[in-house]
This record gives sequence, structure tokens and C-alpha cells, in this order.
Amino acid sequence: MSALHDKSVAELSAALRARQVSSVEVTQAFLERVTRHQADLNAFISITAEAALAEAAQADARLRSQDAGPLTGVPIAHKDIFCTRGEKTTCGSRMLANFVSPYDATVVERLRAAGVVMLGKTNMDEFAMGSSNETSFFGPVRNPWDVARVPGGSSGGSAVAVAARLAPAATATDTGGSIRQPAALCGVTGLKPTYGRVSRFGMIAFASSLDQGGLITRSAEDAALLLGAMAGFDERDSTSVELPVPDYSGALGQPLKGLKIGVLKEFFDNGLDPAIEQHIRAALDLLHAQGAVIKDVSLPHLPLSVPTYYVVAPAECSSNLARFDGVRYGHRCDKPRDLLDLYQRSRGEGFGAEVKRRIMTGTYVLSAGYYDAFYLKAQRVRQLISNDFERAFHEVDVVIGPTTPTAAFELGAKTSDPVTMYLNDIYTIGANLAGLPAISVPCGLAQGLPTGMQIIGPHFGEERLLNVAHRYQLETDWHRRTPPGFA
Amino acid sequence: MEWETVIGLEIHAQLATQSKIFSGSATAYGAPPNAQANLVDLAYPGVLPVLNAEAVRMAVKFGLAINARVTRRSIFARKNYFYPDLPKGYQISQYELPIVCGGAVDIMLDDGTVKRIDVTRAHLEEDAGKSLHEGLAGMTGVDLNRAGTPLIEIVSEPEMRSAREAVAYMKKIHTLVRYLEICDGNMQEGSFRCDANVSVRQRGAEKLGTRAEIKNLNSFRFVEKAINYEVARQIELLEGGGQVVQETRLYDAERGETRSMRSKEEANDYRYFPDPDLLPVEIDQLYIDTVCASLPELPDQKAQRLRKDYGLSAYDAGVLTASAELADYYETVLEKAASFPDIVISPKLAANTVMGELGGLLNRDGVEISDSRVAPAALTKLLARVADNTISGKMAKDVLEAMWDEGKEADAIIEARGWRQITDESAIEAAIDAVIAANPSQLAQYRSGKDKLFGFFVGQTMKATQGKANPARLNELLKKKLSG
Repeated sequence: MSALHDKSVAELSAALRARQVSSVEVTQAFLERVTRHQADLNAFISITAEAALAEAAQADARLRSQDAGPLTGVPIAHKDIFCTRGEKTTCGSRMLANFVSPYDATVVERLRAAGVVMLGKTNMDEFAMGSSNETSFFGPVRNPWDVARVPGGSSGGSAVAVAARLAPAATATDTGGSIRQPAALCGVTGLKPTYGRVSRFGMIAFASSLDQGGLITRSAEDAALLLGAMAGFDERDSTSVELPVPDYSGALGQPLKGLKIGVLKEFFDNGLDPAIEQHIRAALDLLHAQGAVIKDVSLPHLPLSVPTYYVVAPAECSSNLARFDGVRYGHRCDKPRDLLDLYQRSRGEGFGAEVKRRIMTGTYVLSAGYYDAFYLKAQRVRQLISNDFERAFHEVDVVIGPTTPTAAFELGAKTSDPVTMYLNDIYTIGANLAGLPAISVPCGLAQGLPTGMQIIGPHFGEERLLNVAHRYQLETDWHRRTPPGFA
Repeated sequence: MEWETVIGLEIHAQLATQSKIFSGSATAYGAPPNAQANLVDLAYPGVLPVLNAEAVRMAVKFGLAINARVTRRSIFARKNYFYPDLPKGYQISQYELPIVCGGAVDIMLDDGTVKRIDVTRAHLEEDAGKSLHEGLAGMTGVDLNRAGTPLIEIVSEPEMRSAREAVAYMKKIHTLVRYLEICDGNMQEGSFRCDANVSVRQRGAEKLGTRAEIKNLNSFRFVEKAINYEVARQIELLEGGGQVVQETRLYDAERGETRSMRSKEEANDYRYFPDPDLLPVEIDQLYIDTVCASLPELPDQKAQRLRKDYGLSAYDAGVLTASAELADYYETVLEKAASFPDIVISPKLAANTVMGELGGLLNRDGVEISDSRVAPAALTKLLARVADNTISGKMAKDVLEAMWDEGKEADAIIEARGWRQITDESAIEAAIDAVIAANPSQLAQYRSGKDKLFGFFVGQTMKATQGKANPARLNELLKKKLSG
């Protein structure tokens, strides 16, 4: 039998329900690893050991009394962007370094109700703004495949926690690639559901029209299990959609025969690392061998997604982050002279450089005289990108391409040039702009570093995405590879 | 030089919903600070707004009542600015696509003519909280009970030409929102207030003058005074060779003047953009039809009916329909007249008594018509006593006042005080004879042509009968006797 920390959610679920192991034992095993690797990986902002063990004990009681669901007693980690009652929720920022949420996010509440145990809160780029986890006030997270490299971001802590086997799964959020990009760079599975599939209530907003909560797991199978518990309409989030939640796990096994896969022409551009292209082509061959039909599709407006995103997202962020004013909660400067001083110093001290850059960009593009040229134009391009996808999904069931142009880069390599950093999200942003579900699965190693394949589906096509990813993972073992030294 | 005043109003009416526009907090007035502020109102990290459907229904009601176009798809937008009483750092409002477009109301001018004032738009938005300064030792407190209270902002075209017109328009909207039961209209508590955009231009000029916006006027009297002050200020400025600057001004009620608050240069760039947390408000015809069917009789319709059914003047009908409660009171008084089948109570007499004598007592004691100490049925009984000549119309005023003060019925008061009027001709004749006998010189003067002395004889005879002589009978008999 494999070590506890090497078990998937599905395996842990089975072992817990068979009473082969208790939730307290499982939780202790993971907490031990979380604590041991905090210094070298910095994947967590808070480790909530005490609460976790108490929850695990409760889960064990439920397991004993046969009152347990499939997730009862399974420990996971939450990205520190989800509000968790009575625990710190920092969003990776000095602004909220001491903020204790008085309520649970819907995602947290639903997983709690399903019996999930929370190990702690994972590190992230400040307010989810970043692609390398270097903007966190709590320091960068390191990639377990090579600690000199970044794990990607903004959900770097969640990706590393799963990759390094510190947690069997973690929640995460994706505004422009923040689930898929770190999943790809860390060799784990990252699912961004359709916009509106998972409630945003209690998820600290970065860009409301793009933000979507999702998962980082070891496999599509685990993602299916957890998504079922997380998804669904929430009357507290007007943008969540009132559609029934399908049985994601039940749909995993369906054969791929006749599946139409579109290969995104625009994704195989000059910026793509040839090694990654090779892996994607190999994966497509494998899917083809299983009966899928492969054809090329083109999304002509997709190359505009990065500039479009960097208008829309900062615009919304500049407004969403206005509430952090030092008045009611969060960082307040020492001895403000007057109101203006209170605002300026509280925000000046509370926010880091990348957050400020985006607030300023967003303020600029919404300003009188610039609104039409930037914000409105970006909205129009966003619609065109959306239309491109819609057309593509008339022809194919899913589209496939790389998740990132390169494997993990070194810490500090891109911090001096924000635009280079932004370009790392070039393949992921389209799905956010169009509100589509997308999943990244490990598809190879390039110079010893993981690479990711991205599968994008039509709105509410999570079942199909998980099915394709699962069938791929049945035939490959990339998702089982563990970073050297973390087995 | 002759100047023309141009006024447009932005009226903020607080919608009478139970809970806030985007959260479940109560909207009741007067709770201890922050007792009605939940995590959404406090703009905690991660919280989201959820639209109160009742606020939408009320706005649609208003739109239909002013014959406006109800927008099938309206959008909430964020108005961004920093202030401690604005927890999110933005106000959720409507900008490019408001829920109500166009529409108009008719107002009656002082000369009795009717003028139509067009409404540009009406949109839904949330109110801000309040900053508190008193008793906080130099610090500022923030009370967010009001934050998130639903408002409908009603923007007029700049079509009013005097402070009186502006007040008439504001009163008309006030009447309307109360008829519709979408706003309690309480101006002291700030449930109904306005900003006035005021400018002047040379008569005949097409181009509008530079305007000043006077903020937060919360009484009809202040609206009139503030506008008049502002118009005079602008004219004086222009005639002195100066220029009006576009700015926001505050009305200081104690000094009766407006003061500059901030100029256009200092004004915020609000960076409006559609709120991504809220879906567009979609309204279909079925919904509109349902709301339409729920509309009550509106003030203009009611006034029209009162004129037609009771032969009232436009003025009287206008006054009586200023509130639904007043009109209801009046109509109940007339309905109760059915219990006096032999007596004809004139609708005009009823109108005069309700607006005049009863109105005076309500005003005197600061009582609303719905809390009147004289019920409609009791007033009907009093009017019946006037109609059947038991008392004179003049005496009715005293009887009504006694009814108000003592809570007794008209008949009891008339009997107890012996106020039954004298209609017996012989008794009146006797009194007249005595007065004529006692005033021979006045009689002579009268007979030599000094007609004015008729009033003197009326007065003397009334005095002799302690005011109880039936005035019509008295006049008739006196005329006969004096002419010899």
C-alpha cells in the first residue's frame, strides 16, 4: 500500500470509508508534510493544524456512524483568497495580513458540509495578480521540481501543495490562467470551471467578470469528485448559474470514439517551446488512437486576448480593490493626519507594486476620455473572441493546445518586465474572456520540468473536459510523476 | 436686462422596501448606528450584491405612472469615488441604461394653467451611509444603516422657469410616489430630497447658462428659498460683469444662502462602468402588464373624476387629491351623506370645509388627515346640520372646532350650547324691530341712500340673536323692513 500522502482523493475516500485509516491519521500525515516543507516551498500562508484535527475527529465520528459522504474526512487546502470563518484570509497581501473573516465562502461552506477537512490556506500572488507567485506579501512559493524556479501563479501555493504531496487537492481561482498555468508548471491537474458554475461569494474579487473558483488536483478523477461538491447555483452570487450539477464522476469513463478535437492553430506560434509542442502532438496522437477525430480550428481574434485582458481585468480590479481603504478592516496606516492621508498611506503601505500597477492601469482605462478607446474597445474585442470560440464549438467538441508557452522559469527572471510576465498567460486568458471551462493536465517533462496540455470546452462542458482528461490520464502517467525528493 | 431662470431637478426618493437594494438588511429609520449593516453593507472582502426584486417593481410602477418607457434591459453601473460612508468605494447606480426613460408630469401654475414637465429618466441606485461628527471628540464616525437603502433618482428636463414651478413639480412627484406607495415621502428623515440645477440666461437666448447644482434640499420651503437665492446671486454676478462657474453648492438653511462646495475642476471622474457582479435587469411585457394592473387611481385621474362627479373646480380637485388620504377622506364624507336621504350636502361645501376649516385644525395641531380627530362620518353629520339649516355655515366652524377639541358629535355640541339657529320668522322680525327702534339715525341715513349701513343692521341683529339667526332669512327680512 502506498504512503498516505501519495494517495489521491478517490483512494483516500475509499480507504476512509473502508475504515482502513482514520481522517485524523490522514490529516496528521499531510500536516506533517505541510509543516516540514514550509521552509523550502512556502506553499502555505496559514497552517490551521488545530482546526484541521478537530474537523478530522468530527469526520471520523461521521464515518463511524455511517453518516459520511465520499469526501468526508478528506483533507484539502484552500487558496487564501477564499474567506474562511475564524481563520486568517490574507489574499497574499499586507492589506489583509491580519484579516480574520467572519464568514465562509460558499466554496468553503459547501466543501465543509461535504465533510472535507481544511489543512490550511495556500500562498498566492497578491490579490491573485501575478503569474509566478512572486508578488505575495508572504514571499514567493518555490517549484518542487526545481526550487530555483517559480511554480506559476497566482494559485502557486495550491499547485505546489498538490505537486509536493502536501495536500491531496486544493481549491484555487483562475482569472487569466491562475489555476491552469501553475498546474502546468507544477505537473498537476488544474480545472477552471465555466464562469458561473462555482459561486464567487466569499472569494475575494480581483476581476469579477473573469474570476472563477476551481481546483488543483492530482487527476481529473479527483477534480470530478470535488467539483460535484463545490459547484451549483448560489443565491448570494447573481452571476452563478441555475443549472443542475451533473454527475461528473459518472461521466469520466465514456469512450472518446467520435469525439471531435480542435487543434488551436493560434496556440502553436513562435513563442511556444518546441518540446512542449512535441508533447501536445504526442497527446493528440494518443487521443486519436482512442477514436477521437482531430481537426485544425482557428480563433482569429485570440492573439488579442492578452491586451484585451490587461484592460478589462485592471479596470475591474481598480474598482474591486477600492473597498480596502483602511476604514473598516485591513491595514490602516499609523496616525493618519486626515482622510486623504488615511487613504493614501493605508493603501500605499497595504498594496504591493503589481497590485498598484494594475489599480493605476485600471483607473486610467476607465477615466473620462479614455473609456471608449480602452474599456469599450476591449469589451468589443472580448465579444469577438467569445464569438470565435462559439464558432469553433459548432465544429468540434473541445479544443486542445498547450497551457503555457514554456515550462517553469527561474525566480526573478520576469519580475523586471511585467509584459513578458503577462505573456506567460497568452494561452489561458481566452477561456476567461469567453467564460469557458478549461483544464490543464500534465503531458510531459521538458528538461525535467512538467508541461501542461490545455483542454477547453463549451460553456458547462465540464463533464466532457473531465472525461477527455481522465481517458488521457488512464493511458499516461505524467500526472503520477512526483517531483524528485517529494515522493 | 431681462433674465430667464432655468431649473432642472434630480429628486431622490427612498423606495419603501423592507430590505436594502442589494442586501437583506432592514431599512427602518432610526436604528442605533450600524445596527442595520451586514457584511454586504460593510463591503467585506468577497461579498456580492443581490438585487431586491421589490425595488425593481417599485421603479417600474413609477415609470408606468408617468407614462415613461420602461427599459426592457437596464444595467447597473459602478460610480467610483472614495468616501468613508461609501464602503465599497463605489456606489451601485444606473448610468447608460436606466430602468425608466422619458415620461412627464403636469403641474398647475399659480395662474391656474397647466404645464407639462418632462422627465428625462429615473434610475435605481443605492444610498450611501452617513458620517457622524457629534460627540466623537474630533473623530468621525460612520453609520452605515442607510448604506444600500434603495433610491429612485428622478431626473427632470430643465423645464422649470421659477422656484414656484420647481416646488410644484417636486410636490407633484411627492404626491405621486405616495399614491404609488413606493416611498413614504418623509422629508425630515431624508426619504424624499432633491438636487436643483439652476442657471439663468437672457430671455430669448437659446443656449443654457452655466449651472450650479444645489445639493440635498429636503423641504419644499428650502427648495424655493435656495433657488430664489441662487437665481439672485447668479443675476447679480452676471450683471456685475462676472461669470457663473459650474459647481456644486450647499444650501445653508440658517443663513438662507447657498455656498460653494466644490467646483467642476475638483469634481470626481466617477469612472462609471457596468457592474460585473450584477446581471442586466430584464423586464418583459407580462411583468409590465402585471405591474400596470396593480396601479392605483393616480392623482390626475382622481382630480379629473372629482371635477366630473362633483363639479369641483380644477383648483379644489387639485388640492383634495394632493394626497390619496385626503381625497379618500373627502369622498368618504360624501358617501356618508347617503345616510341623510332628505338632505342635500353640496360637494362644494364639503370641499370647502375639508380644505378650509378641517385643514386649519390639522395644521394647527400638526396632525395628518389619516389621524384626523374628526372622522369623515362625523363631519358628514355636521355638514347635514348646515344643509338643513340647523346651524349657519359660519357657526359650523365653531362646532367643528368643538368637535375636534372635545371629541363629541355635532348634534351634542349644538344642543349643549344652544347653537341651533333661529329660522322662526317672527323671532327674527322681533329682533329686527328692536334694532331699528334703537337706531333711528342710522335708519334715516340708510333710507337717504347710505346702503353700506345694511351691514351695520345685519351685525346688530346677529348680535341680538347671539349669532343664531339664519343669515339668509335675516337678510331677506331686514331688507324688507329697512325699505319701510
